[in-house]
Amino acid sequence: MILFLVRKTLWAAVTLAVASVLVFAALEIVPGDPAQVMLGINATDEAIAALREDLGLNKPVLERYFSWVFGMLQGDFGKSYTYSVPVNELVADRVTISLPLALLSLLISTAIAIPVGLYAAARRGSLADTGIMALSQVGIAIPNFWFALLLVYFLAIWLQLVPAGGFPGWEAGFFTALKSLLLPAISLALPQAAILSRVTRSALLETLGEDYVRTARAKGLSRRSTIWKHALRNAMIPVLTILGLQFAYLLAGTIIIENVFYLPGLGRLVFQAISLRDLIVVESVVMMLVGTIIVINLLVDLAYLWVDPRLRHRRS
Amino acid sequence: MSAFLKTALRNKSFATGFVITCVVVLMAAISFVWTPYDVTDLDIGSKLKAPGWAHWFGTDHFGRDIFSMIMVGARNSIAVALVAVIIGVGFGVPLGCWAAARGGLLDEALMRGNDVIFAFPALLSAVMITAVFGPGAINAIIAIGIFNIPVFARLARGAALSLWPRDFIMAARAAGKTKTRITIEHIVPNMANLLIVQATIAFALGIIQEAGLAYVGLGTQPPLPSWGKMLNEAQTMMSFAPHMAIIPGLAIVITVLGLNLLGDGLRDVLDPRLTRKRD
Repeated sequence: MILFLVRKTLWAAVTLAVASVLVFAALEIVPGDPAQVMLGINATDEAIAALREDLGLNKPVLERYFSWVFGMLQGDFGKSYTYSVPVNELVADRVTISLPLALLSLLISTAIAIPVGLYAAARRGSLADTGIMALSQVGIAIPNFWFALLLVYFLAIWLQLVPAGGFPGWEAGFFTALKSLLLPAISLALPQAAILSRVTRSALLETLGEDYVRTARAKGLSRRSTIWKHALRNAMIPVLTILGLQFAYLLAGTIIIENVFYLPGLGRLVFQAISLRDLIVVESVVMMLVGTIIVINLLVDLAYLWVDPRLRHRRS
Repeated sequence: MSAFLKTALRNKSFATGFVITCVVVLMAAISFVWTPYDVTDLDIGSKLKAPGWAHWFGTDHFGRDIFSMIMVGARNSIAVALVAVIIGVGFGVPLGCWAAARGGLLDEALMRGNDVIFAFPALLSAVMITAVFGPGAINAIIAIGIFNIPVFARLARGAALSLWPRDFIMAARAAGKTKTRITIEHIVPNMANLLIVQATIAFALGIIQEAGLAYVGLGTQPPLPSWGKMLNEAQTMMSFAPHMAIIPGLAIVITVLGLNLLGDGLRDVLDPRLTRKRD
């Protein structure tokens, strides 16, 4: 078990290192001088030279890479060129919107998908099962940002039940702030829930076909009890894998959804940075998100240990 | 081929998906030679018209015909998603086969490389590429294509690994064929079914991703219409011209649904064993 832990953590660290090289390299291949690119064609030579000095572009590539990496490890992501403030400060503000949004939609998606998937599996072939599967097929085909537009149209513009966009800030009160994250979270969650419910259903059906389930039933255990006590836990592994992957998509998805609802999160920050050619901000935010995705994948791997005791005893 | 189609069309999923996909492809193909109106024609006099006889799907805020834009947009969606799938298959399948044939350290290294790429959702790659090179449809193709590589590499590796110990491969090895030749002549043809199904699904996903990138301005640039871009423009008009948002979205949903059904149907048709013990 310890070996498994160490190996997985080590691989995650290596993946993180390779990813950081990729992100860093992307900025290195900017055609021409990054300082020139950031300042535009009308910049004076002095301004460019000053920015080059500021960005440390005059130092060798390796030195720059390592100072970037060590900076990040100490929580220093560099300074935004356009805002003239440390990137951490910019990001810290935005994360308080994007992260709760991603978590809320993960919560909604799981809360819908797992019961629905279980229900469909337990009543395989029934009208309910067929209906749920058809509905999820449509759900998978719906782009989340279009679903978001529809929700805005029906719930915010037509029925005026919720705000159409914007974010009052957490200072405005927990529930007021949460309310403005609700529509974005639902629109991110539903298409994911469609996928997750299909995965849950097929994972449970697979385990229901196993010998130990038949044994449990033969011993006289009720159907319900067999599902809850024996099948469910074994069906959780593929579900966990997909959940981990989905969190990555949700995190990236917030970038798009924030645009629909005019939420001042990481997504807005990135797009502003792109249009202002603030490469430092783009680089930092992308690296942060990629890092988060890698860490989540590691956590999912570790969660297998908790769900599946067989893994705990193997090779230890 | 026609015999295959005859059997396949008996599968409901396949038949529905096949018809939808054909309609979309046909629409895109016709748009090259004919559209009801020119998509670059601005007719402010008839702007924001609801769907009707003159304009089947209505017009947008510049008076452009939405039906024509959907036709040309289909062309764009299909092109981006298709090239992205070709990139995924073109790089992923050889890499996966290579990893499976060689095994050992190379296999481990290639698969770890896959993990790294998996940490970059297409959206993040597109953000980086756009920040560096500026926006354009090519970025969307590259970003989605890169993300497709590990998908196909994993699939090909898994399939190849299960094929290598089979008797007919052993026979080929005993006959003195090289690993490369066996891979090309026996391994790849035997995983073709799996690849076709996955390609259909990746194609569908590519269409959603392309729309998302175009929606946030990282994909196809104006004046060429694209479904995602149309949704972006529709956003501020929602309260008085909802058709501008509803129609392009429906186009995406129907196309993706068609491709997914086609993929599901193909899986059943190409692997009859699955049909019997499906679920």
